Amino acid sequence: MPELSVGQAINNALSLILKEYPNAFIAGEDIGIYGGAFGVTDGLLETFGEERIKDTPIAEDVIAGLAVGAAMTDSKPIVEMQFSDFIVNAMDPIVNQAAKLHFMYGGAVNVPIVVRGASGAGTGAAAQHSQSLESWFCHVPGLKVVTPSNPQNAYDLLLHSFVDPNPVIFMEHKLIYKIKDDVVLNNIPSNSELLGQAKILSEGNDITIVSYSNMVNVVKDAISSDELSEISAELIDLQTLSPLDMETIITSVSKTKKLLVCQEAPANSSVGSTVISNVVQSDAFSSLSIAPKLVSGLHSPMPSAKHLETTVIPQKEDIMQAIKDMV
Amino acid sequence: MSVTKDTQLELHRMMMLIRLFEEALEEMFSRGLLHGTMHLSIGQEATAAGACLALDKKDLITSTHRGHGHCLGKGADPYKMFAELLGREDGYCRGRGGSMHIADLSNGNLGANGIVAGSLTISVGAALSFQLQKKENIVLCFFGDGAVNEGSFHEALNLASLWNLPVLFLCENNQYGMSMASEKAVAGESIASRGNSYGIESIQIDGNDVEAVYESVATFKDEILSNNRPKFIEAVTYRYRGHSKSDRNLYRTSEEINFWKDEKDPIKRYIGKLLEQGITEVDLKEIDEEVKNTIRTSVKKALDSPLSPVTNLEEDSYA
Ligand SMILES: Cc1ncc(C[n+]2csc(CCOP(=O)(O)OP(=O)(O)O)c2C)c(N)n1
Ligand SMILES: [Mg+2]
Repeated sequence: MPELSVGQAINNALSLILKEYPNAFIAGEDIGIYGGAFGVTDGLLETFGEERIKDTPIAEDVIAGLAVGAAMTDSKPIVEMQFSDFIVNAMDPIVNQAAKLHFMYGGAVNVPIVVRGASGAGTGAAAQHSQSLESWFCHVPGLKVVTPSNPQNAYDLLLHSFVDPNPVIFMEHKLIYKIKDDVVLNNIPSNSELLGQAKILSEGNDITIVSYSNMVNVVKDAISSDELSEISAELIDLQTLSPLDMETIITSVSKTKKLLVCQEAPANSSVGSTVISNVVQSDAFSSLSIAPKLVSGLHSPMPSAKHLETTVIPQKEDIMQAIKDMV
Repeated sequence: MSVTKDTQLELHRMMMLIRLFEEALEEMFSRGLLHGTMHLSIGQEATAAGACLALDKKDLITSTHRGHGHCLGKGADPYKMFAELLGREDGYCRGRGGSMHIADLSNGNLGANGIVAGSLTISVGAALSFQLQKKENIVLCFFGDGAVNEGSFHEALNLASLWNLPVLFLCENNQYGMSMASEKAVAGESIASRGNSYGIESIQIDGNDVEAVYESVATFKDEILSNNRPKFIEAVTYRYRGHSKSDRNLYRTSEEINFWKDEKDPIKRYIGKLLEQGITEVDLKEIDEEVKNTIRTSVKKALDSPLSPVTNLEEDSYA
C-alpha cells in the first residue's frame, strides 16, 4: 500500500482512468508540462501524450463547454479549473447546459463530466483565489458535488465521480494536497455507489459533528486535543455535498442529541445551513437537546494578510470552543 | 515626437523603481516575510513605465495580477505598496488585497485584478463614464497575452469599438501565459490583428523599448481624444522570473531567458541609448542612488508600521 499525498492520489486515479478508458481525456490550463498549478497532473503528459492531456488557452468557458459536448458524444472528459474560483467564468456550460441537458431532453442524453478545481483558503491567495463555492452547485438540480478530505477518499471519490453518469463538481481544498497517508489503489468501480455516502470517521455519543473538505481535518485536530479528551464526538465527513446523505446524519443525531456543523464557507445559503435545516425537519428534531450550531467562515471576501485570513476561516480553537459550549 | 531629456530621465527612474521594488520583494519573500505568492514583472518594466508616464493623473488604468509596475508607474507610494504586501494598516487596501489586488484611486489606478481578463470589461465601463461625463481622459487597460483568449476580451473590444469608447487596450505580450506559449494559445495572425478585426486601429511594438511605448501611448491617447475611437497596442516583452513563486520554468529554456536578459533588457538598453545621447553616468548614478534610497527607507518604514487591525470584516464587506 503506497503512502501518497492527496495530489499524488488524484494523480494515480487519473492515470488509472486514462489507462482503462481510451475515450477519457483531461483538459485544462497548465496541466501539461507544468503539471498543473498544484502539481496534480504531474507526469501525465509524458505518459499519455498531448492528445489526451490537453493544455488549453486561458478560457474556462470553453474548457467546461467542450467537456459537455465531448461527453454527449461518447468521450469521457475530466477538466480542471486551476483555481475553483475561475469556475465562475464557466457557469453557463455547467449550470445551464451540463446540469440540465439530461432532464430537458427527456433523458435522451447524459453528460458524464468531472470538473475538478482547487478550492479554499489558507495560502494567502486573497479574495479571488480562495473561495469555497461548493454550495452554489448544490443549489443546481442535475449536478453532483464532491469534496474529498484525505488521500484515500480523494482517490476513491474521483473514480466514483468518473463513472457516474452525471456532471460532477469535484472540489479539492488546496490545503489537503500535501496531506499524506497509505492509499489502497482500488480498481475503477462499476458504479458510483460511493457518491451520496457520508463517512463516520469516529464514533461517539456526546455530539455529532458534521463537516467536509479540509475542515474535517481541522475538526479532527480539535477533537483529539487533550482538553477535549473527555468528550465522545461522532465525526461525519459528508464527502458528497449533493446529494446529501441525511440518513447517516439523522441516525447519528438521534443518538447523540447534539449537532455541530463545521465548514470553511460562509453560512448564508450554505451546505451547513441545509444540513441543519434537514435535521430540524426530520424525526431527529425531537431528540435534539440543544439548538444545532454552525461554525462557518465569516461573511466576508478572503483578505490577503495572514492575520486577517485566519479571522475569516474557522480555526481549531473556534471549533473547540463550540464543542465545549454545546457539551 | 521627441522625448525631452527630463522625460528620458523620468523613464529611466521609473524602470529602476519598478525593478528595485520587485527585487526587494523577492528578498522579503525569501526571508519569509510575505504570505501568499506574487507575480513579478522583472524584465517588463518598459511597458509599465512607458505607458503610465504618457498618461495624465486623471487618465485611468486597469491592471493585472502582474501589476506592481503599473501601480508604481501611475505614481503609487512604494511605502504603501510594501505595507499592503505585509498586511499593514497603511497598505493601499489595508492588507485585504495584497500583491495581486492593489488599487490606488488617488492616482487613477482602478486596481490590479487576480482574474485573467477580469479588468477588460471594467475598463469599458470606466471609458463609458468618461464619454457620458464628457471628460477629456482615457482609460488604459493593461492585460497579458493570456487574456486574449477569454470571452470577456472579445466582448470588451466589440463594445468599445461599437460605442466609440475612449479606451486604449494595451496587451503586454510577454509570450507566455503561465506555461502556455502564446504561439500555441493564440489562433490567427497576431494578437494585434484581433484588435483590427473589431475595427480598432492596432499596432505591435517593441515593449522593451521604453520610448517606443511612451510615444505610442502618447500618440494614441491624442488620437483617441480627437477621433473618439478606441486603440490597441500589443507590446512584446518578456518575463525573467517564474510565473509566480512556485514555477519550475519547465516550459522554456534557460538560453531563452538569458537571451532576453543579456540582449533585450529594457533598462540596460535604455542606459546605452541615454549615454549615447549625452546623458552622463553621473546623472544616472544620482537617479539610481535616489531610487535605492527610496526603496530601502520604504521597506524599513513598512516593516516598522503596525499590522492592519482586525476589524469587523463582515461589516467591511459592504459599503
Ligand atoms: C480567469 C482566470 N483563469 C486562470 C487564472 C490563473 N492564471 C493567473 S495568471 C495566468 C497567466 C496569465 O497570462 P497572461 O495574461 O499572459 O499574463 P502574464 O502572467 O504573462 O503576465 C493564469 C493562467 C486566473 N487568475 N484567472
Ligand atoms: Mg503573458
